[in-house]
Amino acid sequence: MSMTSLYLIVPMAPLVGALLAGLLGKTLGRTLSHVVTILGVLISFIASLAIAQDVFAGHLFNGNLYTWMTVEDLSFHVGFLLDPLTVTMMLVVSFVSLMVHIYTVGYMHDDPGYQRFFSYISLFTFAMLMLVMSNNFLQLFFGWEAVGLISYLLIGFWFQRSTAIFANLKAFLVNRVGDLGFLLGIGLILSYFHSLDYATVFSMVPQLVHQQIHLLGSGTYSLITVICILLFIGAMGKSAQMPLHVWLPDSMEGPTPISALIHAATMVTAGIFMVSRMSPLFEVSEVARSFILVIGASTALFMAFLGIIQYDIKRVVAYSTLSQLGYMTVALGASAYPVAIFHLGTHAFFKALLFLAAGSVIHAMHHEQDMRLMGGLKKYLPITYITALIGSLALCGIPPFAGFFSKDLIIESVSESHLFGAGYAQFAVTAGVLITAFYTFRMFFMTFHGEPRMDQHTKAHLHESPWVITLPLVLLAIPSLVSGYLLIGPMVMGDYFGSSIVIDQQHTALHHLHEEFTTPAAFMMSALSSPPLWLAIAGIVLAAIFYLVMPRLPEKIKSHAGLIYTVLSNNYYFDWFNDRVLSRGSVSLGKTLWRYGDVTLIDGAIVMGSARSISRFAGRLRHFQTGYIYHYAFIMIFGVFVLMSLWFIRG
Amino acid sequence: MNFHAYLSFSIWLPIIMGCLVALTEHEVRRLTLSLSLLGAVLSFLVTLPLYAQFSATATGMQFVEMVPWIQAYNINYHLGIDGISLWFVLLNSFVTILVVIAGWVVIRTHLAQYMAAFLISSGLINGIFESLDAVLFYVFFEATLIPMFLIIGMWGGPQRVYASIKFFLYTLMGSLLMLAAFIYLYFEAGRSFEILKYQSLTLALPVQILIFLAFFASFAVKAAMWPVHTWLPDAHVEAPTGGSVILAAITLKTGAYGFLRFSLPITPNAAHSLSGMMIGLSLVAILYVALVALIQKDMKKLIAYSSVSHMGFVTLGIFMFNPLGIEGSILQMISHAFVSIAMFLCIGVLYDRMHTRNIEDYGGVANTMPVFAAFLMLFVMASAGLPGTSGFVGEFTVILGAIKVNFWYALLAGANLVFGAAYILWMYKRVIFGEVVNAEVAKLTDVTSREKFFLAIIVVLIIAMGLYPQLITSTLHTSVNQLIQQSSVIKY
Repeated sequence: MSMTSLYLIVPMAPLVGALLAGLLGKTLGRTLSHVVTILGVLISFIASLAIAQDVFAGHLFNGNLYTWMTVEDLSFHVGFLLDPLTVTMMLVVSFVSLMVHIYTVGYMHDDPGYQRFFSYISLFTFAMLMLVMSNNFLQLFFGWEAVGLISYLLIGFWFQRSTAIFANLKAFLVNRVGDLGFLLGIGLILSYFHSLDYATVFSMVPQLVHQQIHLLGSGTYSLITVICILLFIGAMGKSAQMPLHVWLPDSMEGPTPISALIHAATMVTAGIFMVSRMSPLFEVSEVARSFILVIGASTALFMAFLGIIQYDIKRVVAYSTLSQLGYMTVALGASAYPVAIFHLGTHAFFKALLFLAAGSVIHAMHHEQDMRLMGGLKKYLPITYITALIGSLALCGIPPFAGFFSKDLIIESVSESHLFGAGYAQFAVTAGVLITAFYTFRMFFMTFHGEPRMDQHTKAHLHESPWVITLPLVLLAIPSLVSGYLLIGPMVMGDYFGSSIVIDQQHTALHHLHEEFTTPAAFMMSALSSPPLWLAIAGIVLAAIFYLVMPRLPEKIKSHAGLIYTVLSNNYYFDWFNDRVLSRGSVSLGKTLWRYGDVTLIDGAIVMGSARSISRFAGRLRHFQTGYIYHYAFIMIFGVFVLMSLWFIRG
Repeated sequence: MNFHAYLSFSIWLPIIMGCLVALTEHEVRRLTLSLSLLGAVLSFLVTLPLYAQFSATATGMQFVEMVPWIQAYNINYHLGIDGISLWFVLLNSFVTILVVIAGWVVIRTHLAQYMAAFLISSGLINGIFESLDAVLFYVFFEATLIPMFLIIGMWGGPQRVYASIKFFLYTLMGSLLMLAAFIYLYFEAGRSFEILKYQSLTLALPVQILIFLAFFASFAVKAAMWPVHTWLPDAHVEAPTGGSVILAAITLKTGAYGFLRFSLPITPNAAHSLSGMMIGLSLVAILYVALVALIQKDMKKLIAYSSVSHMGFVTLGIFMFNPLGIEGSILQMISHAFVSIAMFLCIGVLYDRMHTRNIEDYGGVANTMPVFAAFLMLFVMASAGLPGTSGFVGEFTVILGAIKVNFWYALLAGANLVFGAAYILWMYKRVIFGEVVNAEVAKLTDVTSREKFFLAIIVVLIIAMGLYPQLITSTLHTSVNQLIQQSSVIKY
């Protein structure tokens, strides 16, 4: 079997599974539906492993499958690019997807939409793989929008719930705002580079570095900066960066497995992947990277604050995802693309783990998500407890868990950056560590420790989840524990990414890290003397004081911090603004245009107006035909008189 | 030259079949139905050789037929197609089949006349796309009004008389100015109504502008450009499902086709000097009408406004004067035909069960009609321009064409990515999602196998075009390049 057909199998196997479960779900029944989809993803994962081995043996691939369309001298293709960056993403996507598929068997077992759910998540896997394997912008955009569609379908999976169908519409539209930027970026690339293939575009960067374009007035702007910012706006939508982050917390309305797969591990990291993939473009635009740095830092810090005040267990994890995406974005801005991808990978493991653990808790609690009604679950859910602890420690960045390595590298690389906004970013990511540790362990303590606060009925039925749920937890806990330690050396410090990520020689963040790095163990030792680790520990201790030692304290503080609490609980008024100004504004603008433009002006004044004036004119004209013989006789005589007079005057 | 009369067949076969169907008025229903389906299918089959034998590389018109008609005025029965018209002929003939199937059980009164009107209209519309003689074109262009006028006026809703007269007068007014332009050109071209001769005329700029405006009056109304679009929502709302399908899928395209066949090649310099106006109107159509669509309460009206908005992309693409723009606008027309057919058929499916098109009367349809909900989801996404569906291909290509001319055109048109998704998904949310809102929705039954059949056909078309538009564009290049060449010469 040739390698190309193996490449093709990776996205196609989940697609076939999705189509079978989706179109023939009723005929296949529940068991067969999950068997075909799990099998599809398993094949995809195994094929990805084989391809990874091949790629790291030096066999890169860049080729087209077919020509989608040609116009003038332009041709658009569908094709694959297989390099270290791609296979890393393929492995993350297919592995997490496989775990989520298995988990779903247990989590959704009594849902009437069982087959539909499997069909969707397999279809998602297909779209996400098409996105990461693409060798051109067109297919990237296809995957980009397709994952958005499936995210929309899955957030609204329980379509009877009004909150779910509000959330999915919001998610789709906010993402579309980002996609508009992305599409315009692609459009500019096409009109200046005359190609949408990555390789061609990247090879032309040196010729177009100094290209200026006119946008507004007489000023000119650097073409590549404009392109990069537009592309990044796309990433802001998909990777939920402020101010386009508003959809992600609401997306928690979807079933928990997809929160893990789509809204934590894979789809939301598409933006991070995309910017890394476009590193040859972003490297030449300092302005764009500065912009990225500031946006990412703001997201990292301000979204972390919101994690503190949530009571819904999934929303805590959602805000933590937002904040962690901000961290990855900061790494991109600091030109530390490998670090961003490294954090993307470790985050995919521990955040999927945390979501699935939260799901296991929710499952045990009979779909109760409010942490105020939990507590003391440690003894009922031992496996969930241990795995959630591993996930939480990884998220806080405690050595030797995976998150420690990747997060520490982000903080170090941003300290090496000299871009505008780097100081702010460094402050934000450092302060973020304290807050992250605090909200993570607030959640952890509120859920698993302290007094049980649920009602008697729920308490009587508490039990550990079945093996299909705990197995993925354990399988994800392992990489959450060791992937940082094992991968930091090869992935960040070695030449892992090869030519797939380009970093300008003058952007030295990574060089410094390389020089200082010896072994993972030494890296851990050196962290003992740096502030982030101690901030994380302080955050955990603080959470312990607040929620274990003095559980009444938080409420007291809350009642005294009126203004701050109000601002936080309103999500900094982003939702208010979007709802009141943008959404209602569009509706009332639409009403105005329709009522005064279409109905009154065009139809009323012009169309019916001209019809009316014609009929009025005709009405006047009608008066000449009175039907009385003496009127006609009078006019005849009058006419004869006038004619006679004229005849006489003329002589 | 070997004899062929595919084009004549494509015009006269459906007309003859239509007349035969009309004769079956007092016969059994089944005879009428099978005869109309046979007529529609045969009429589509005779257009297939056009695609099979079409040469993608040959310039000029193909399958040309030329017979003198009224010799005193040098009027000829002159037919021919190029890569652009080919697709409209195929599309129109194909859509007729769907319309026949869609009316299968729904139409209860005057079935024979109903089917006959569609078959005759189908033949006449093929005539529009195939005429190379201005008078012949004009005759077909006007003649299509008659069946459509009857379709709306006889099988329409409560306001059908108002809507049909509005439709008729609106479109007729414009056409008269076009006729005046044709007569002027007749004398300029040395007493000839040959469209191809018109295209090579040298005309002074002021003359070109007058002719352009005369054409504009006709084509803009037909293409439902803002602000002469208001006949469309009324006509759509009142028309029966089949009528809405033809109006949206085909009639609108005859206007845009007019711009491509007449305005651009005959008055290229006027087209360039007035392109600002055309682009402005197109952008207004895209955005203004998208906002208006957002607040519609009637589903058909909403789709009608969305048609105006999508047609904005068509006219925008045409007046970019580059291959991306023009091929994009043709792709957008074909895609919009598929999508609007699908949307109107879906609304028809709901209307046949609930006898209301008010969004408010629905809610939670997915609970009782899951298969229908899945179909509609796909169509809604195609309408919102999701990649992988036909809706993406046209909008994407037009935006790429626009960004080459001006970044802001692309930005404004691209905003439809948000607004176009907003109105259609909001409608979907209110109709399909949610709890079952009332007893009528609770009693709904899912799509029948007949309905599944025609919806599935459109799904295949939408996906196929989304995944492999090259099939269409490969036959367009030669004709579009020729058109761009014609529209970039300075004639005065």
